[in-house]
Amino acid sequence: MKEFSYVITDREGIHARPAGLLVKEASKFASTITLKKGEKSGDAKRIFAVMGLAAKKDEEIRVIAEGSDENEAIFSMETFLKANL
Amino acid sequence: MITLQGKGVFGGIAIGKISIYKRQQNMIKRYHVEDSESEIERFEKAKQKALEELKDLFDKAVLEVGEANAMIFDIHQMMLNDLDYCESITNMIHTEKTNAEYAVGKTADNFSEMFASMDDAYMKARAVDVKDISERVLAILSDGAEQKIVSDGPVIIVADDLAPSETVQLDKSKVLGFVTQHGSSNSHTAILARTMNIPAVIGVKDILMKEYDGAEAIVDGFTGVIYINPDHVTFRTLEQKQKEDLEKRTLLEELKGQKNVTLDGQTIDIYANIGNFSDVGAVLKNDAGGIGLFRSEFLYLESQTYPTEEEQFSVYKTVAQNMAGKRVIIRTLDIGADKKIDYFNLPHEENPALGYRAIRICLEEPQIFKTQLRALYRASAFGNIAIMFPMITSMSEIKKIKEILEEVKAELKANMIPFREDLEIGIMIETPAAVMISDLLAEEVDFFSVGTNDLTQYTLAIDRQNQKLERFYDSHHLGLLRMIKMAADNAHKHKAWIGICGELGADMELTETFLAMGIDEISVSPSYVLPLRKKVRSIDVSKIKEGVLSQL
Repeated sequence: MKEFSYVITDREGIHARPAGLLVKEASKFASTITLKKGEKSGDAKRIFAVMGLAAKKDEEIRVIAEGSDENEAIFSMETFLKANL
Repeated sequence: MITLQGKGVFGGIAIGKISIYKRQQNMIKRYHVEDSESEIERFEKAKQKALEELKDLFDKAVLEVGEANAMIFDIHQMMLNDLDYCESITNMIHTEKTNAEYAVGKTADNFSEMFASMDDAYMKARAVDVKDISERVLAILSDGAEQKIVSDGPVIIVADDLAPSETVQLDKSKVLGFVTQHGSSNSHTAILARTMNIPAVIGVKDILMKEYDGAEAIVDGFTGVIYINPDHVTFRTLEQKQKEDLEKRTLLEELKGQKNVTLDGQTIDIYANIGNFSDVGAVLKNDAGGIGLFRSEFLYLESQTYPTEEEQFSVYKTVAQNMAGKRVIIRTLDIGADKKIDYFNLPHEENPALGYRAIRICLEEPQIFKTQLRALYRASAFGNIAIMFPMITSMSEIKKIKEILEEVKAELKANMIPFREDLEIGIMIETPAAVMISDLLAEEVDFFSVGTNDLTQYTLAIDRQNQKLERFYDSHHLGLLRMIKMAADNAHKHKAWIGICGELGADMELTETFLAMGIDEISVSPSYVLPLRKKVRSIDVSKIKEGVLSQL
């Protein structure tokens, strides 16, 4: 299991467009990828779950990957978040 | 005449007859279905067809409104494929032994309620998206044809709300504008309207009255006001407003995409000046070739304390990305005692114009300076950013600046943070001192940008705001023009390029002069970009060059 935390810097938080791209990115991997915001958690491959977190600017989210390709998954998610959010 | 107020979503004036559009309500009936397997099959088939329709809509939208705005249909496809959404439907079909229509409808309600109950205005608006995709599936299940808006002539559509798919399918030749009772400016419908240039007003209470159908109306997308059965005076005023708006738009159509080239083939870059992050839209809309001056002060003015590196980085990065490879020249902090920024604690000065300001503050407070520079360098990895330093008067300032730049670059490298190696560095030419040593300065930087407002003040020793000095003030003063020419000649002699970002750039009486001097770039307020382009395209420099230069 691999995880990292990230603080959202994008003014609009995880709005529809990056949520869609995030889901696309997460769906490339076999591992289960979970996003957590405080008490709430959501499957990173499910767009309604991701949007439902309503992660906003300055909020911290945790990304947890578990599975055969968890290393690649975590690296890819981290790169994605840094570049887009 | 009846006047109603809503929220203007796209500026423009529409004058015409109202046509009330009522979306066919798919009456969802619930009935028992024993064979869940084939009912789920039925849903899957309808879902597939919906996905195909959405793909077609995406392709159409890309042509109409560009890829970024068409994305909503891509998102809709993702929503339709979302496991939570689909599982909810298939589970309901299976466990409750119900028909697909009911399962889809109920799921749509549940999800849309979830969004509607969220605090975030943006998320609230997503409830519309869920409804839209579900309606599409329902229509396919009930064999309904895709409802299109039909009318004889061009009309003003009035509806309760319009889904993104309905908006993008509006036949622009039939629709003068639209008005909805609900809707939010965060909705993709609003975004599409803006991009399709259809005057639109949303949130107009009481607009859906039967007696309005067929009535004459005027939609003012700028103010968000609807006039039903307008009186004569109102009609004339708004007709005039419409005419002016149309002229501006025609100019846009004519000149957008055209090159800034003179009759004899000389080119010049025309960029735009902006003072806020939110102006980038206007820059792109007016087809500027880049941003010639991005006044970074707003970040400091907006904030209660020094903006952090992350906050700055986020803004610079987004601007760079939105400009997609076009040059973005960002000027470092340019404030003085005349701007009220409390947390800077700037001491009161007798002569703030000649005082502790701009680069002087940055060099005295390297921490603040480096924070901005780090943010700029980091953002440079995402687009074509150039950095410009204001109020330069000496070589020692340049030397000090370059030392700090090297420190910043080394720090970023040590932390493996990417940035553009060949980032362009430039200075504002706005002091006589800078002009007089411009030959030396040109060796040290990639470009100059002439801040004509301040250069004029310092050169003529005149306060432009002082009414009493009007007769002494000549914005075309020969001294000033000679200053600009000197800076231009020195720039070119030492392989730098020169632009103008002050107000004088938009002064079309001087366009010939600037072209004759070989100015490489002029940056103006976004709404002047196209008029300036028109001017440039009408000039034959070879015919006027000698005459103009002999006068300097």
